[in-house]
Amino acid sequence: MCLAIPSKILSIKGHTAEIDVGGNTKEVNITLTPEAKVGDYVLLHAGFAIHVMDEQAAEEIFDAWEVAYAALQE
Amino acid sequence: MQPYRNKDYAQHLLDRLRQEAVRPLSAMEVCGTHTVAIARSGLRELLPENIRLISGPGCPVCVTDDLDLDIVIALAQQPGIVMATFGDMMRVPGTQSSLLEAKSRGADVRVVYSPTDAVDLAAEHPDKQVVFLAVGFETTIPTIAVAVEQAVQQGLRNFSIFSLHKLVPPVMEALLTDPEVKLDAFINPGHVCTILGTEPFKFIAEKYGKPCVVAGFEAVDIMEALLMILSQYNQGRPAVEIQYKRAVRPEGNPVARAFIDKYFIPVNATWRGIGEVPGSGLALRDEFAHLDAQKRFPITVTPGKRVKNCSCGQVLKGLKLPYECALFGKACTPMKPVGPCMVSTEGSCAAYYRYGAQKVGGTV
Repeated sequence: MCLAIPSKILSIKGHTAEIDVGGNTKEVNITLTPEAKVGDYVLLHAGFAIHVMDEQAAEEIFDAWEVAYAALQE
Repeated sequence: MQPYRNKDYAQHLLDRLRQEAVRPLSAMEVCGTHTVAIARSGLRELLPENIRLISGPGCPVCVTDDLDLDIVIALAQQPGIVMATFGDMMRVPGTQSSLLEAKSRGADVRVVYSPTDAVDLAAEHPDKQVVFLAVGFETTIPTIAVAVEQAVQQGLRNFSIFSLHKLVPPVMEALLTDPEVKLDAFINPGHVCTILGTEPFKFIAEKYGKPCVVAGFEAVDIMEALLMILSQYNQGRPAVEIQYKRAVRPEGNPVARAFIDKYFIPVNATWRGIGEVPGSGLALRDEFAHLDAQKRFPITVTPGKRVKNCSCGQVLKGLKLPYECALFGKACTPMKPVGPCMVSTEGSCAAYYRYGAQKVGGTV
């Protein structure tokens, strides 16, 4: 239940951000991460950003996912 | 790149764990998402014999008390009520039925993805009373606090929450003081700590002398966290440390915690299988009593009988492994769950069932 998914912020309007999740866009609430800005990676939980990640950490996760995805294709 | 799923690195970590595990260590993974990650990766079977992983009470769905749920189900069946809930709660059995069964009998139960969706439901249906079944740990509670704030700001008269929130540090203390439970260390829940940071767990190291390490959710994360625990354990320097640095800062998320404090106060709460734990629940503050479904729709139900032979309580306390329950895989399966640990995808029993964890690693 406490799963959280990293996603990149594409745009922000008030307390709502448009984010990219694996190529799909979705709106999330950023009330709990007021420091979030366009281009940041955030952790998502129940429709909310709950944490702003540093870019290096997020890229590491995506790299890991790509490795896992490539492994699945083998 | 940090090799989260690199086999050589994982093997290296396993070798290091074998070197460092010089005496028996029982570590509890508090979080249900960790339980799933451990079952999926088969980690429990790969670890050296000296390391025993115990699955803890870290699934908010699983620890919802069946008698509390009976009241929620009775409320959902009242005319004019819309019960909004996270999907995981639908099939959790109370003593007599579940929300899903109530829905099939005509109750208006809706699954929402976000607590704010329940606020939108209330705004769209002014003729209905929308009650949000507020279940979750510290990860989820701030999102529910924001939903409450939205309802206050919109002046909604037909929105309330049924608060069955649970707090993690108090239940960890309850486990530490339970004479039946023998624990040497905790793998702390990753995303609960995204909100709480490390401070609320320091008493575990300082008062009880037990290592705590906040871990991420890949097998490699958990192995790294175990190495950090062993380092503390072997050197006798218990502390709260963070392995999951990409998602957890020592200070946590202060904005999210301020939202919790603004709307909620700690109260005693009953955990399924564990019992009442002081200060481990949250209720809305008095000034928001009009949004409190327990106060607004007082309902009494005849206490039902709890299921016999279900070992969820002992599983949640780490006293039994799922396959040690007489019902596991026979009378109780994910298709027809008896206890809550089999209902939630993050329940220990469901994780063991799905990933076929074998009888390895000893018993309690």
